[in-house]
Amino acid sequence: MMNSVRGWLVSGILPASAGMSAVVLAATLVLPVPAVAQDAAAPAATAQPVAKEKDELGKYTLPDGDPTYNIGADGTLDWYTYSGYRRYHAECHVCHGPDGMGSSYAPALANSLKTMTYPEFMEIVVNGKRNVGVGTADQVMPAFGENKNVMCYLDDIYVYLKARADGALGRERPSKREDKTKAYTSNENQCFGRPG
Amino acid sequence: MRKIIAAAALAAVAAYAWPASANDGLTNIIKDPKQWGIQTGDYANTRYSKLDQINAGNVGKLQVAWSFSTGVLRGHEGGPLIIGDVMYVHTPFPNIVYALDLNNDGRIIWKYEPKQDPNVIPVMCCDTVNRGLAYADGTIFLHQADTTLVALDAKTGAKKWSVVNGDPKKGETNTATVLPVKDKVIVGISGGEFGVRCHVTAYDTKTGKQVWRGYSMGPDDEMLVDPEKTTALGKPIGKDSSLKSWEGDQWKIGGGCTWGWYSYDPATNLVYYGSGNPSTWNPAQRPGDNKWSMTIWARDADTGVAKWVYQMTPHDEWDFDGVNEMILTDQQFNGQPRKLLTHFDRNGFGYTLDRVSGELLVAEKFDPAVNWATKVDMDKNSPTFGRPQVVAKYSTAQQGEDVNTKGICPAALGTKDQQPAAFSPKTNLFYVPTNHVCMDYEPFRVSYTAGQPYVGATLSMFPAPNSHGGMGNFIAWDNTKGKIVWSLPEPFSVWSGALATAGDVVFYGTLEGYLKAVDAKTGKELYKFKTPSGIIGNVTTYEHKGKQYIAILSGVGGWAGIGLAAGLTDPNAGLGAVGGYAALSNYTNLGGQLTVFAIPN
Repeated sequence: MMNSVRGWLVSGILPASAGMSAVVLAATLVLPVPAVAQDAAAPAATAQPVAKEKDELGKYTLPDGDPTYNIGADGTLDWYTYSGYRRYHAECHVCHGPDGMGSSYAPALANSLKTMTYPEFMEIVVNGKRNVGVGTADQVMPAFGENKNVMCYLDDIYVYLKARADGALGRERPSKREDKTKAYTSNENQCFGRPG
Repeated sequence: MRKIIAAAALAAVAAYAWPASANDGLTNIIKDPKQWGIQTGDYANTRYSKLDQINAGNVGKLQVAWSFSTGVLRGHEGGPLIIGDVMYVHTPFPNIVYALDLNNDGRIIWKYEPKQDPNVIPVMCCDTVNRGLAYADGTIFLHQADTTLVALDAKTGAKKWSVVNGDPKKGETNTATVLPVKDKVIVGISGGEFGVRCHVTAYDTKTGKQVWRGYSMGPDDEMLVDPEKTTALGKPIGKDSSLKSWEGDQWKIGGGCTWGWYSYDPATNLVYYGSGNPSTWNPAQRPGDNKWSMTIWARDADTGVAKWVYQMTPHDEWDFDGVNEMILTDQQFNGQPRKLLTHFDRNGFGYTLDRVSGELLVAEKFDPAVNWATKVDMDKNSPTFGRPQVVAKYSTAQQGEDVNTKGICPAALGTKDQQPAAFSPKTNLFYVPTNHVCMDYEPFRVSYTAGQPYVGATLSMFPAPNSHGGMGNFIAWDNTKGKIVWSLPEPFSVWSGALATAGDVVFYGTLEGYLKAVDAKTGKELYKFKTPSGIIGNVTTYEHKGKQYIAILSGVGGWAGIGLAAGLTDPNAGLGAVGGYAALSNYTNLGGQLTVFAIPN
């Protein structure tokens, strides 16, 4: 269980927490997903009173199985969201801008994730996205399916951006956070194929 | 003498005269201030024009003469070339080339649009910019995003030949212009953030055949260095100088990319350029000096063999690429006439060297905010001669992996990026577009996958604290003393190349979209005009039918389009500071336009 949650690549094991998503992801290999609206048409979701479940890796999940962020009453951030902040700003921000705010050539994910679902997010990160044509800014996102620096932290990046989209997390660097668990480290190493 | 022979050779190989009345050799075009034959203005990269019809007295009357939409909405770097009666305009990806007829209000004579796989777009770090075309012997050289170098007939736009310099699937791309020198065209490559081992390559201008290639790191023969004759700070570099400065095979994905500007001195026959960062931004994954990344190179134009090298930032910990232009001037230094090379590095130091010997003469901060090093050791007898004295508090290597090192100045985009400076021989001053941005930097472990980003650091950037709140300055610099003469605060990074003219006017563009003209002696603003989009292009001037024109590309983007589009975070949050960290998107929008200015009759 523990090891099946992380450590997956496109051809590998899918996260157990994303059972639903796995089906959708598989389906997209045959049927292209309709273009995702990039505009912030929908208002930000309000506070979610739903119960979150925390697993031994330190990941919080919603009842529907989607991973989510958790910010304690004293502002303590869960490890996944903090990790997502770091990974986002290493892998994604060169196009999508600091704090998910967008750039002159890639959308603001702090807006996009107001409407984009977890499965849609995963599909785009794994397979990439193209918006090319005359008179456009020629936006192309690469497929990160084989990039461990992204794929090993997919849920981390998702929950970070979801926290930004929900307005739960501002533009600042998170300060107080939960510690990285041993189980997380073990999974991280397995994902990268590292000993330990 | 050599110069004359070279010019004669160029003229002799020209297949036909275009335009018929002009001498075709690039050297002669460069000498003619009415034309603008090379992106950098001249081989010395001074971006200085002898034209003086537009001057400090009348520049305030400048008006738009005509404009042209490029049809592309990404960051527009570089500028047009003007050869005879034709202007050549390029665009970012898809890298369209337009030949415009200056005798007919810019009517399109021909258009060339290469077919490129759009998958190259996301492999380019920091937007799909292109820094412009080059010209020699009736040929326009386009170096595409996908590293295809194309030679086009300047008269018709027909393709003469093309050659592929790299593989985008491995992260190899191009943003730079190329440098035609005699019978060769010198070409660089990008991909430092993808673990590419970068190089400089010379191709035959007539056939596209590869003549030589020198890597930035690796075995001596692959770098085209001579362990006994190639020197660093006056001493031979010795055998395996690069291999000894890396751990294991890390040099094979060592970066050292060559995406900046190139200058050439016909007297020494040396080509000058800088190499970039040693790939991953996590210094812990690449112990050693990582030679010869972050280095000023002087290579023989004919053989590629390096005469001298100087590594400015050994073992980079901040992404301070050394690629910015090398400006070649003949000036008095300490009462002696010297052949100088001046370079404004990303790391915030302005370097002045003897370009013949590589001797280090001056290394001083060109932004007082620079704090990662106290100084460069100038003591020739010191074991650390020529090395920056790194401050432990701002050393991301000493602070270590998974530690957020705070308050480093400058930020990764450097005190100055590629946006080229200008030099006026009338004032002996350099006019430098700069960034005034600092950062927090946290390195961590990453794994390498060919063709995928290989970064390994989290950055947050903010305007230099305790300053004017803006993110840029436009400065005048004395390279012999290492001193700022005047400095103009700007709300955003100045990401546009400057132009100095004999009319005692200096021009530059701003990210909000202003073209500005300032007095060369005092910096006093004399004129500004807001163009449709932010300016990251370089200002160009030319004369047509007796009238001087100023031309500039608008089109916000580039690295400036990343953070600044949304605004940076506020370092003084809660302290009531306002304005400086404002979003660029509040001031301008995407665009792609050439605007040409003149004084009305």
